[in-house]
Amino acid sequence: MATATGRATAPPDEAGLQAHFEARISGEQRIEPRDWMPEGYRKTLIRQIAQHAHSEIIGMQPEGDWLTRAPSLRRKAILLAKVQDEAGHGLYLYAAAETLGVERADLTQRLINGRQKYSSIFNYPTLSFADVGVIGWLVDGAAICNQVPLCRSSYGPYARAMVRICKEESFHQRQGYELLMRMMEGTPAQREMVQDAVDRWWWPALMMFGPPDAESPNTRQSMAWRIKRDTNDELRQRFVDMTVPQARRLGVTLPDPELRWNAERGHHDFGQPDWEEFKRVIAGDGPCNAERIARRRAAHDNGAWVREAAVAHAAKRRARTTEEVPA
Amino acid sequence: MSGDNPYAALSEDHGGTEPGWAFGTGFVAAPLDADAPVPPGVDADDLSRYCCMLADDALVMSQRLIQWCTSAPELEEEVALANIALDLLGQARPLLARAGRVDGSGRDEDALAFFRDAPEFRNVRLVEAPNGDFARSTARLFVFSTWRLALFDRLRSSADPVLAAVAAKGVNELAYHREYAAGWVIRLGDGTPLSRERMAAGLAEVWPDLGELFAVHPVEARLVDGAVAADPAGLRVEVLGVVEQVVREATLRSPGPVPPAVVAGRDGQHSGELASLLAEMQAVARAHPGASW
Amino acid sequence: MSAEGEPRGDWPLFEVFVRGKRGLNHVHVGSLHAADAEMALRNARDLYTRRNEGVSIWVVPAEAISASSPDEKDPFFAPSADKVYRHPTFYPIPEDVPHM
Repeated sequence: MATATGRATAPPDEAGLQAHFEARISGEQRIEPRDWMPEGYRKTLIRQIAQHAHSEIIGMQPEGDWLTRAPSLRRKAILLAKVQDEAGHGLYLYAAAETLGVERADLTQRLINGRQKYSSIFNYPTLSFADVGVIGWLVDGAAICNQVPLCRSSYGPYARAMVRICKEESFHQRQGYELLMRMMEGTPAQREMVQDAVDRWWWPALMMFGPPDAESPNTRQSMAWRIKRDTNDELRQRFVDMTVPQARRLGVTLPDPELRWNAERGHHDFGQPDWEEFKRVIAGDGPCNAERIARRRAAHDNGAWVREAAVAHAAKRRARTTEEVPA
Repeated sequence: MSGDNPYAALSEDHGGTEPGWAFGTGFVAAPLDADAPVPPGVDADDLSRYCCMLADDALVMSQRLIQWCTSAPELEEEVALANIALDLLGQARPLLARAGRVDGSGRDEDALAFFRDAPEFRNVRLVEAPNGDFARSTARLFVFSTWRLALFDRLRSSADPVLAAVAAKGVNELAYHREYAAGWVIRLGDGTPLSRERMAAGLAEVWPDLGELFAVHPVEARLVDGAVAADPAGLRVEVLGVVEQVVREATLRSPGPVPPAVVAGRDGQHSGELASLLAEMQAVARAHPGASW
Repeated sequence: MSAEGEPRGDWPLFEVFVRGKRGLNHVHVGSLHAADAEMALRNARDLYTRRNEGVSIWVVPAEAISASSPDEKDPFFAPSADKVYRHPTFYPIPEDVPHM
């Protein structure tokens, strides 16, 4: 704490602020935007929330590609509502990031300049309509495992955004699973489509939890700050345990020969994804990285004249109002 | 839970059948009785074709709006455009269901949406033209929602219970769409020199398709007599009045006289653009006959 | 205005307050960007209220909000009322530097 004579002009005592901050964290209190926080905490949060927001926005694309072709009007409506939810989730998250003193426009620039990442899962293509179902089931399922603990994140705006997002996300997962059940009851070709989609998305879904704990440099600090609540491997295990019975019920095979129940551990054993592939995709060399960013950039660039016009119009209107009501 | 939690209050009831979606509607067809008896003295085939006209307008417009997804000029506009597309899809579905019931064919909404070819579609040509830029798209949406709002406003008192119910729900939605689109016509028209030029061009591109909105198809003429349909010719003064007012507010001028009211799309005469739009929309459904989704 | 240096037509930030139903206060729910208040209200209705017609919404330009320190014991923030979101850096930044 600063000394009693410190008053407004004296520089605050950083060690004191740090202690105060850490006491809050360990007391399970939330950190709010105007609280003092260590630079590292702020930077980590900006990076994580921005990546999360970018993932929602880029994540609109793989599914959005099927919006114009959805094979029933009900599916079209569901998918449209879902893709729209994702835009909304991106907006909640950008709003949370902005409370940390960054601007959304800058985060967007960083995304389209390749300086900030998004979840590598969205760099895989959607090859059939079954992918829409599998994304809902596996990708949103993995996202839920990742996100539910974040509702207790130490940073207030992030935690609050996550509460709202998680509530909505569970419906996304359910619609995906329901679509797959319907398809499995359909034609043999449909059942093949589902299995093929599961084969393609299973490993990338496991990668969504990030590298193994031993190779995850940021995890320890993030957990100490209670930005993260569980390790990557813990979350991955939870996801596998949750998914195996769902796959059985659906009648699909998860493409992992090592997958089996381990009674001793009370968990499933499972194989490791190809972490080299993970690194390549993260580094920008996935099947769709360039395409995803190019589309986001095109939307942003092509929309510039519209955004500018809206600002110009607002300024004109303000000017007219001022003229009409002389001071 | 604290009574001051706005989300708790918001999540109580959204009127949908599957609550929990952020922006969702009910995804099962609206609880309208598509089997309601055809009003006395009304030809069932006429009623079916009229339902298709209004459904196809909404379905094709919705499909065009969906094409904006992930390409909108700002994320907030993604949400707004998708909302409007969802509303229109929601208007199309019970109308298609009604069409398939009253004509005795037993075709459901998907059979009609995915297994008719372009010449069987009854939408006005206004909705089938490609999106163009954001100015053209919002100019078109503005004209469309102004016209459809005037139409639905009258259809609320239709002798057909399904049409009346769809219209009653639709007017609130369409008023919202019109306000959204009018806002952009004004912002772009009275924005920067570039946006002004583009909105002027957008209106000019949309203008030739205005005449058809007031053309009276023989099916419509007969149903007007049966108090089922609204007379398109009777919408003219109101619609053009609103359009004129907004164009003036946008500091622009109407591109010229409204072309003559001639039936085209309502008779299945479409541009090649509708065929391309449908080819994409129907591809998956047609590739898997007998599939369940 | 931009850290990237290029001029942009960025829309300003609005804070959104929602009254979920009659009898409750308006409560802060988040923020969004819009060119003007009218657009902010529309966007807020789409984004934060699922277009629930019965809901009352306030939008306020973020820069119009003054805020007190959440923690009165904290000498760094105590004396001044200022923006809702304060870049929580140790180094003081002059008020006339925009969007820091």
